[in-house]
Amino acid sequence: MDLDSITIALRSFWTIWLTLLFTGIVVYAMWPGNRGKFEDAARIPLKDDGQEF
Amino acid sequence: MTSATLTPGAALGSQRVSENVRYHEDAVRLFVIAAVFWGVVGFLAGVFIALQLAFPALNLGLEWTSFGRLRPVHTSAVIFAFGGNVLFATSLYSVQRTSRQFLFGGDGLAKFIFWNYNVFIVLAALSYVLGYTQGKEYAEPEWILDLYLTVIWVLYAIQFIGTVMTRKESHIYVANWFFMAFILTVAILHLGNNVNVPVSLTGMKSYPFVSGVQSAMVQWWYGHNAVGFFLTAGFLGIMYYFVPKRAERPVYSYRLSIVHFWTLIFLYIWAGPHHLHYTALPDWAQTLGMTFSVMLWMPSWGGMINGIMTLSGAWDKLRTDPVLRFLVTSVAFYGMSTFEGPLMSVKPVNALSHYTDWTIGHVHSGALGWVAFISFGAIYYLVPVLWKRSQLYSLRLVSYHFWTATIGIVLYITAMWVSGIMQGLMWRAYDNLGFLQYSFVETVAAMHPFYVIRAMGGLLFLTGALIMVYNLWRTAKGDVRIEKPYATAPHKAAVGAA
Repeated sequence: MDLDSITIALRSFWTIWLTLLFTGIVVYAMWPGNRGKFEDAARIPLKDDGQEF
Repeated sequence: MTSATLTPGAALGSQRVSENVRYHEDAVRLFVIAAVFWGVVGFLAGVFIALQLAFPALNLGLEWTSFGRLRPVHTSAVIFAFGGNVLFATSLYSVQRTSRQFLFGGDGLAKFIFWNYNVFIVLAALSYVLGYTQGKEYAEPEWILDLYLTVIWVLYAIQFIGTVMTRKESHIYVANWFFMAFILTVAILHLGNNVNVPVSLTGMKSYPFVSGVQSAMVQWWYGHNAVGFFLTAGFLGIMYYFVPKRAERPVYSYRLSIVHFWTLIFLYIWAGPHHLHYTALPDWAQTLGMTFSVMLWMPSWGGMINGIMTLSGAWDKLRTDPVLRFLVTSVAFYGMSTFEGPLMSVKPVNALSHYTDWTIGHVHSGALGWVAFISFGAIYYLVPVLWKRSQLYSLRLVSYHFWTATIGIVLYITAMWVSGIMQGLMWRAYDNLGFLQYSFVETVAAMHPFYVIRAMGGLLFLTGALIMVYNLWRTAKGDVRIEKPYATAPHKAAVGAA
């Protein structure tokens, strides 16, 4: 089995790979340890933006 | 004041942005002015072609003013001229603040993009009126203009992504993710759908490289993702910055925003085939497009919930701040039109709705309710900030604009629902001998009253925009209208919202 046929075989399962990737993203977003990081990120627009009048 | 804001940016481009240093704003101001100007031009063109449909004499018997040539002038003016300039203004404004960094390439590059993009708009509009078109919806400009736009767009991508890459903030804020998805995808769509062979290097005319149903599929892969990434992802970037900013609260759920972003990215690109139901496109591709369109309900409503719930605990601001009312109502319209879209993509529903005015009504509930309303909200937020005024000339006028435009949208979309469904039902009606019951011209005659109502709705929407122009003009001059202020205590504030 050469590299080309392996690539083609793997490529035919692309929905699976994309579903796994997406599942990984959701797990990352919901991971309890990341909660504080995302709460900080949500405050980025509300930090003082230097607009003094 | 202008020169004071210009020089520090150029001199301190590589230094840390402190609270005393201004971000690059000159080009952003230009983009805001152009957005307002093109908005009025585009709405006016829309009202005119709506009247042409109701009263064909308004075609004036001239080829240059016929509906077929003015319609792309309207769609390009509202989507690419108004929407485009809004996206440039808001993205280049917010990326600096969420990255704590000046624009990569500076105000000079942004102004270069501004002038060239707007020259492109004028050239494109002129070419449509003179009869040059690729005949592809939302991709009408001929090959030479496509090349020009490609250069402008690549410069914009370099400026925006360069700013994100040189950011001082460690995290890339979610609005910037949406803006980057918008910029990259629009670049790919534009290149993919404009692979054309010019007839000669000195002429405007070209032919698409692919033909037949493949060409139709490429066109609607482009067309639907122009909606998905230009009019949705880009404007969601506006939502994720300006709604929290105006409400002075962080977005409802940042984790939901990550899931929202990736779901939208994974699903939208597949939805295009729903524009080609019951055509020569293979059945599996039609079903694929329908399935992904229905799945798009999830990110759309996730995003809507995220935007609206940002106000949770501060709902009273809707009564006292008409600017926030624009922003939040736009998100509600987003939810409504992204409910309607998947519904219309279901094949049996599409059998009734396709080629009827229902489609036009659906597009405008998204375009007027979502895209234009969130743009108005962002512009009302930006003008006092960019022109260094403590407040808008008048919040009451913002409220008049809001209600005038809202009544206009309701007239527009209800007229198109009724006329579209009527049109679809008349087309499919058979008499008891099996003949079609109505001739085509009878369906056209039946739609006349609804065309008049639609034009009235558009006229109200245009009127609202003119109220905005006056309000912004006085704001930029530094005037403040003497009017009854909005009370912040809830029990005193009933008047403004009524």
